[in-house]
Amino acid sequence: MTSLDLAFAGAGVVTLAAALLAVTTRHLVHSALWLVLSLGGLAGCYLVLGAELVALVQVLVYVGAVVVLVIFALMLTRAPIGPSPEHTTSRLHRALAALLGGGVTALLLAVLIPLAGREAVARAPVDSAAIAGDLFATWVWPFEALSLLLLLALIGAFSVARLAGGRAQGAP
Amino acid sequence: MIHLLLPYAVAAALVGIGTYGVLARRNAVLVLIGIELMLGGAGLLLVTAGSVGGDRWQAGNVLTLFIITIAAAEVVLALAVIVAVFRRRDNIDISITSALPASAPAAAESGERR
Repeated sequence: MTSLDLAFAGAGVVTLAAALLAVTTRHLVHSALWLVLSLGGLAGCYLVLGAELVALVQVLVYVGAVVVLVIFALMLTRAPIGPSPEHTTSRLHRALAALLGGGVTALLLAVLIPLAGREAVARAPVDSAAIAGDLFATWVWPFEALSLLLLLALIGAFSVARLAGGRAQGAP
Repeated sequence: MIHLLLPYAVAAALVGIGTYGVLARRNAVLVLIGIELMLGGAGLLLVTAGSVGGDRWQAGNVLTLFIITIAAAEVVLALAVIVAVFRRRDNIDISITSALPASAPAAAESGERR
């Protein structure tokens, strides 16, 4: 165990525990708040792995924007403050879902554990300037396509909102 | 120096937890939270692959940035659809939504709500 291992284990435990609580809690708003902690822990994992830029973007975009959007959606759909039993599934349903989730984890681990190797490896230095250089040289067309995707998502969200509103007013 | 087993295990567990969240929840917003966790697992795997070296165009970091961007776009659209569905039928229970066409009384009820 190296010190980086210990730091990663701490961030990983926070991430996994918060993720588990986010998918099991019965309070809708608590679920979004546990998601904040889980994504923040994931940013810590990125930081331990040396990817500072990705960690900062994760905090900015996910914790700053996506979770705020999720909480907004919960408020707009009138989420109750207390536990909401009407949205819980049956015990069998949850057991089957847990079985499938565990199966996915086991499958991924079966592939990844042989790749991991037993000895510790050195972290490659991650240079933000190099990332920026590659982003605007090698990855420039995917980058432009992504800007187009964001524009389309914006227009799509507007049109979906207008479509639903117009139909709701026009229907008897 | 870091052992790769831990990041791989955390990524696999995140994807599994996300799968459970997608399958076990009936509220559409909570299904979305499960999807976010799965995407987080994918990003962690990419960053791990990038941080052990050998990626030529900084692919691990750049692709994780792309995943975060795509996830933001996806969340915007998904939440727009969820809010639109809620405005039409006062409910975002995905199990009721899938059962609507099959049963006539439920369809009539949703017609009244409109």
